[in-house]
Order: sequence, then C-alpha cells, then structure tokens
Amino acid sequence: MIGFWTLFYKEMLRFWKVAFQTVASPVLTALLYLLIFGHVLDGHVEVHGVSYTSFLIPGLVMMQMLQNAFANSSSSLIQAKVTGSIVFVLLPPIPYGAFFAAYVLASLVRGLMVGVGVLAATVWFAEISVVAPLWLMVFAILGGAILGALGMIAGLWAEKFDQLAGFQNFLIMPLTMLSGVFYSIHSLPAFWQRVSHYNPVFYMIDGFRYGFFGVSDVAPEISLAVVVACFAAVSILTLALLKRGWKLRA
Amino acid sequence: MAAAVSIVDVVKNFGMLRALDGVSLEIAEGEFFGLLGPNGAGKTTLISTLAGLVRADSGSLSVLGHDVVRDYRKARSLLGVVPQELVFDPFFSVRETLRIQSGYFGLRHNDAWIDEILENLDLAGKANVNMRRLSGGMKRRVLVAQALVHKPPVIVLDEPTAGVDVELRQGLWQFVRRLNGEGHTIILTTHYLEEAEALCGRIALMKQGRVVALDTTANLMAAHPGGTLEDVFVRTMQQ
Repeated sequence: MIGFWTLFYKEMLRFWKVAFQTVASPVLTALLYLLIFGHVLDGHVEVHGVSYTSFLIPGLVMMQMLQNAFANSSSSLIQAKVTGSIVFVLLPPIPYGAFFAAYVLASLVRGLMVGVGVLAATVWFAEISVVAPLWLMVFAILGGAILGALGMIAGLWAEKFDQLAGFQNFLIMPLTMLSGVFYSIHSLPAFWQRVSHYNPVFYMIDGFRYGFFGVSDVAPEISLAVVVACFAAVSILTLALLKRGWKLRA
Repeated sequence: MAAAVSIVDVVKNFGMLRALDGVSLEIAEGEFFGLLGPNGAGKTTLISTLAGLVRADSGSLSVLGHDVVRDYRKARSLLGVVPQELVFDPFFSVRETLRIQSGYFGLRHNDAWIDEILENLDLAGKANVNMRRLSGGMKRRVLVAQALVHKPPVIVLDEPTAGVDVELRQGLWQFVRRLNGEGHTIILTTHYLEEAEALCGRIALMKQGRVVALDTTANLMAAHPGGTLEDVFVRTMQQ
C-alpha cells in the first residue's frame, strides 16, 4: 500500500507544483466561456425552466473536470515516457493495480479541484441550487475516474506529445464540447439527438446536471448505467494494458 | 544458497535483431561482477531484462532465487538499478526524489539512510535543490542514490561514471566498495576498463548478444601476460 500512496502523492505533488497551469487556468477558461455565452444568450434562452447561465454552469464545471482529469494522467505518463523518468516507477515492485489506482485517483482529485474552482468562480453569476447532491457527486466521481483512466490509455499509447495532442483535440475535446455542455440535446435536430446518445460524455454531464436542477434530458438512472458500464470497460482495458506492460516494457 | 543473480539461456529479439542470444550467467552473493562489451553487445538489454524493463523471449532470470516474471515483486525489491540514461523528474528536489523512490519500495521513514547516501555521494548540500538545477554529474549521483534508497542486496550499475568527474568517481567507488564489503552484490557495466580491472573479481565479456568470455579478472589477465584488461578486451573482441 505504501507504493500506491507514494505514487498517488507524487502525482498530486506533480500537478500541485504547477497549480497555476493545472487548476487556475481551466477555471479562468470556464469563466470566460460563461461570460461570453451567458452574456449573449441569457435572457434569450431558457432550458429546463432555468436561465441559460444557470443551465450552463454545471455543464462547464463537468466539462473542465473531465478534461483536466484526462490531462493529468495522460500528460504525466507521456512526459515520463519521453524524458525516460518512467523507469523510476517501472523498477520498483508496484503492482499494476496500484499503478492504475494511483494515477486515476490523482486525476480525479485534480478534476474535482478544478470543478470546485469553476463552481466557486461562476456561482456568482446565476442562481444555482443543488437538488440531488448524491447524484451530483456520483457523476462527478465516475466521470473524473473514466477520463483519468482514458488519459492513462492515451498516455500509454502516445509516443510523442503531438500524438497525445491529437487524442486530446480530436477525441476528448469534441466528445466533451458536443455533449450538451452548452445546450440541451432536445434543441438539436432529431439526427443529432440520436448521435448525442452515442456520446458517453453526454450521460456524464446530463446526470451531473440532474444533481443541480432535478431535471435532465434522459433519466439519471439510465445515465448512471451508461457511466458505470463505461467506467468498467475503460478500467478493464487499462488494467489489461498495464498488466501486459503495453508500451512500457519492451 | 541461491545465487544473487541467475540467468539461464536468455534470448531476446527486437524485430530482426537478436539482442540476447542464449545468455547464461550465475553471479554469487557478495561478488563484484563486471559485465563488459562494446556498444550494442547486449549489456543494457540483459540488465533491463533482469530489472523487468524488457521481457525475455525465452529463458529465465532470477534475483536471489526469485524469478523476475513469476515473482516480480520480490525480485524487484531485491534489486537496485542505476540506469545508463541520465533521466530525472523535473518537478522534484533531490530529497523529494529520494523520499518518493523510497515510498515506491514500501519504505515510509527512510530519512536517516537518505541522509547517509546524500553524505556519501557528496549531495548533502544539494538536498533541497530542484533536479533541473543540477549539473550532469550531480544528476548521475542522484541516480545512484535512487538505486540505493531501499538498500538492495543486489546493485546494478550501468555505466555509473559516464560524464562524472574524477573526484566523484573516487567517492562513488569508495562507497560502492563499502557496500560490497557489507555483503551487497555489485554488477557493473562500464567502458572504463581500468575501473573494472581494479574493482571486479569476475568479469563477463559480451559480444553480439553472447557471453564470449567469463572468468575471474586474474585468470582473464593471466591469459595475456603483461597486458591490461584493455588488451584482453580488444583481443577477445577481435576473435
């Protein structure tokens, strides 16, 4: 267990030492989104019976949380691989399960810190209530863990920084931004509504938003089932790759 | 009593390249063993296979009787490896690096031994300096320190003195000799043959993935009267 806690502590320390970049910067980005979209659309659009700004805030919180959970594990692994410092975690007797848990947990913590930061910075701009805090926490934790594990897969797969950037910009960014952060999928044409249902991030954000307003595009139980299935699938895949030493041990 | 390191008929291919071609070696506990050979001979691949960084295609390796694949946790806990590449984690200070490395090996309160290592490697004054701010030689010392944090009974030094000044070399060898005197098994690869000649009791010479000579340093030297280990090395490689 000491190996796991040490790796977790190291991962925490790694992002905390550059917290301006890893925590403060995404909070500012979310605030800018809110100021721009909220200013333009508030008063013109109402979603699920709440103002557009109120609707937007939970989506921004979750989006930043997910993107930063992904960024944490993926950037840590690719940096360690490129610089060669990955040997420091490969030489010791750390079991692959502990390796997985430490990276995912640290990613989740960074995601949650960013989420709390975004909420603290944006809550002043609209009325926000929390109707179902348990749902909110469940989706926050599972969403962060899924993206943390996905970040591990990306970090293991990528051999160069631009490959990781490709994964992030062409997969994670579209999945998170086209997931109902900025709109309810009911405002989309029927075809795009159907497409949205194939995006797992949609269920994370919709379920998370349910925790705030008690209303959502799909029933939270369905979202939870999808998110739990995604977590199980991504975790099993990541653990299998780590067990094989995929792209870590020649 | 199990050998410190046992390597039996290990083969490793990288695509079409056969990096290890049936290597077998046994290193007894407490030995100061030299693994020599030109670049590309397979020394680092062999060390990496022993450390679990590379997986052998066939054959077996064990550390103090613990198979490096089946019983990898025990095998790795008994091994300390100084990698050849000058690698470091730029986020941490020297002390943080050593504390973290101790934790990876399951050691929570290890500051007394860390202080002793820092003192012996002349790093005490740099304990709180970030790794990025150290010179190449200093970074090399930290790599040595990282390999020693868990007091491994078997220590592998893969070219530990490359790019290191004379003063540190002397300090490092004094420290490693002391560890060897206390019973630690030392496996050394180096291109400084005079160091191997002075330190190693037994030497294996590798060429193209094979062990081409294996004997005590004295016997290897006796085969070429009046010559140095460098002469032995050159003649063996020319055969």
